[in-house]
Amino acid sequence: MKRILRILALLVWLAGATIWVATGANCGWTKTSVPVKTLDTVTGIEGITYQDKFLPGVDFLGAALAGAGLLAGASFFFRKAKANQPQQNQP
Amino acid sequence: MKLTHILPLLTLATATAVSAAPESFDFKDPKGVNNAVFSLDAPLESVNGSASGISGTVLFDPENPGATTGKIVVAAESMTVPNPMQKEHLHGANWLDVAKYPEISFEAKSLANVKTEADVTSAEVTGTFTLHGVAKDITVPVKLTYMKDKLSARVPSLKGDLLVLRASFSINREDFNIQKGQYEDKVSPTINLTLSIAGAAVK
Repeated sequence: MKRILRILALLVWLAGATIWVATGANCGWTKTSVPVKTLDTVTGIEGITYQDKFLPGVDFLGAALAGAGLLAGASFFFRKAKANQPQQNQP
Repeated sequence: MKLTHILPLLTLATATAVSAAPESFDFKDPKGVNNAVFSLDAPLESVNGSASGISGTVLFDPENPGATTGKIVVAAESMTVPNPMQKEHLHGANWLDVAKYPEISFEAKSLANVKTEADVTSAEVTGTFTLHGVAKDITVPVKLTYMKDKLSARVPSLKGDLLVLRASFSINREDFNIQKGQYEDKVSPTINLTLSIAGAAVK
């Protein structure tokens, strides 16, 4: 169990970091939409519309680190299984 | 005075009166391009967003741009930021309280330092800015571009003129009782606003 939790912690941290890097390593807050600019050729005004897109930020990275920390921390509540436990002598 | 003398004078007077009448420009944009951009400095990342729910009317006389008056209204609910939590806070009771104060408006009262070159007029407009239920007189630089007979280029089914209004200015959120004295280390008290809007006068 101890080992499973630690492996899970590592996976959570790696998955979070990989997603964060793969989506552009956004150093701001997590965004669920991004502004898209369109130019009105007659007036020269730049219109702004928002396109749904998940862009994880440092808070996402922090949440992944916290999740990994919790899992790793929980692993300390489990005792390591003793490999060579002495067998009790039968009468 | 003979009737033959009076008629041309009357015609001239009528023509002058017609040409001097200000045009009423409606800023409810059917193309949805009109927007107001806002930004506030913050430690990690500045809060940037925009509002699209713009309406209002401006009376503009191309022969006398200095007499321009009008009111522009922004629907507070239309203010958007890319972060959902920031948007929730922005609209919430502790910040803009959009449920209680659904409109942000600017009512132009007078123009000063009016300079016109061709169809472009720059001026300083003084008016009442209302935000979060607080009305305050402010003066902001504005640029007005009059585009005669250009409405059909934008909306083919309509004929008329366009008026493009651009303004960039800053306000202090504390002047409008928005978290006065609070969170100054997290969100700057200064709000930068940029307005780029086009109005149409249908003929």
